[in-house]
Amino acid sequence: MELWKIFSKGLVLENPILVLALSLCPALAVTSSVVTALTMGLTVMFVISTNNVVVSLIRRFVNPKVRVPIYIISIATIVTVASLLLQAFAPVLYKALGIYLDLVVVFAIILARAEVFASKNNVGRSFLDGFGMGCGFTLSMLIIGAIRELIGNGSLLGIDILGHAYPPALIMILPPGAFILIGYLVALFKIINKRMEDRQRIRGEAA
Amino acid sequence: MKEYLLLFVSAVLINNFVLTRFLGLCIFFGVSKNVNAAVGMGMAVTGVMTLSSMFAWGAYSLILVPLGLQFLKLVVFVLLIASFVQLLEMIIRKYSPALYQMWGIYLLLIATNCVILGVPLINVESNYNFALSTVHAIGAGVGFAVALILMASLREKLRLADVPKSLEGLGIAFILAGCLSLAFFGFSGMINI
Repeated sequence: MELWKIFSKGLVLENPILVLALSLCPALAVTSSVVTALTMGLTVMFVISTNNVVVSLIRRFVNPKVRVPIYIISIATIVTVASLLLQAFAPVLYKALGIYLDLVVVFAIILARAEVFASKNNVGRSFLDGFGMGCGFTLSMLIIGAIRELIGNGSLLGIDILGHAYPPALIMILPPGAFILIGYLVALFKIINKRMEDRQRIRGEAA
Repeated sequence: MKEYLLLFVSAVLINNFVLTRFLGLCIFFGVSKNVNAAVGMGMAVTGVMTLSSMFAWGAYSLILVPLGLQFLKLVVFVLLIASFVQLLEMIIRKYSPALYQMWGIYLLLIATNCVILGVPLINVESNYNFALSTVHAIGAGVGFAVALILMASLREKLRLADVPKSLEGLGIAFILAGCLSLAFFGFSGMINI
């Protein structure tokens, strides 16, 4: 139960993009199609879980004074590995992600999880925390990517869905559409979270 | 000369780092609540960006390329920028406490930020020489400052507006940024690069 809680908090209640509003650059920059959004999501999931494991393994040997530079080196190394892997096995996607792939290094969410969670918990729990946050990240990337591709191009995963009668609203693929869509999604998640908290409070009072 | 001017204008207006490349959004939404803070932040970002992209160019072209270690650029750039900003903070605190009062807090915020790291990465990707890299960095910084100050002015006005409850805060800020980005889109097609 507790383990499920560690995993699931990243999905909705502490969703990294839509609730904590951390690491927004990729959420806007690479979500113009589902494929790139998914690739970015999976990359971040890999980096954040691996980094949590590494930080958790070395947490007893790290001097607290120099912890942040050490975490940053660890993250940069893992991102370099991920980017070399993508370059080797999926060069098209690597090109599509461009510099945003390298910029995974400075995503606040990765450093935040290392600092807040992995530096204080054992390896298993840290992995679960990173994996949950990664899933939440991928989930919101997918939602944004799907909406933008469907409205802006009339397709999903490159397959035409709405047919030729639908005139694509190009603005959703362009940068302004991304900003406006995220604005509404943030508002939506605010409403959902408030509902869930209210329900929990009512349940708490009843019990 | 024309080449430099075109690069500068395109970095400021057409490929604006915040509004079309989505870099530095954390600062963009975090520090845009009042105009004074936005001006300070814009200047700090421009300064740090220019200097760190010069250092990054040096490290990449003079050390990494001759040694064939290009794949290490990410690790090197991140460490270089983070330590440079720390150093800058110490120097400013020692020699100009008044300036530190004004800028110190911003410097810490930009130590590891995608907008600062993004410029050297784009420079490397586009094979810019030293002068072009520097012009590009200055342009990117000025563009960032312009967008930040515009956004801060808009948000100051927004305080008087009646916003739906769920859109308050970040939600409406994003929609505003969308409108601003739409306005900047009018510049695209001004120059063909």
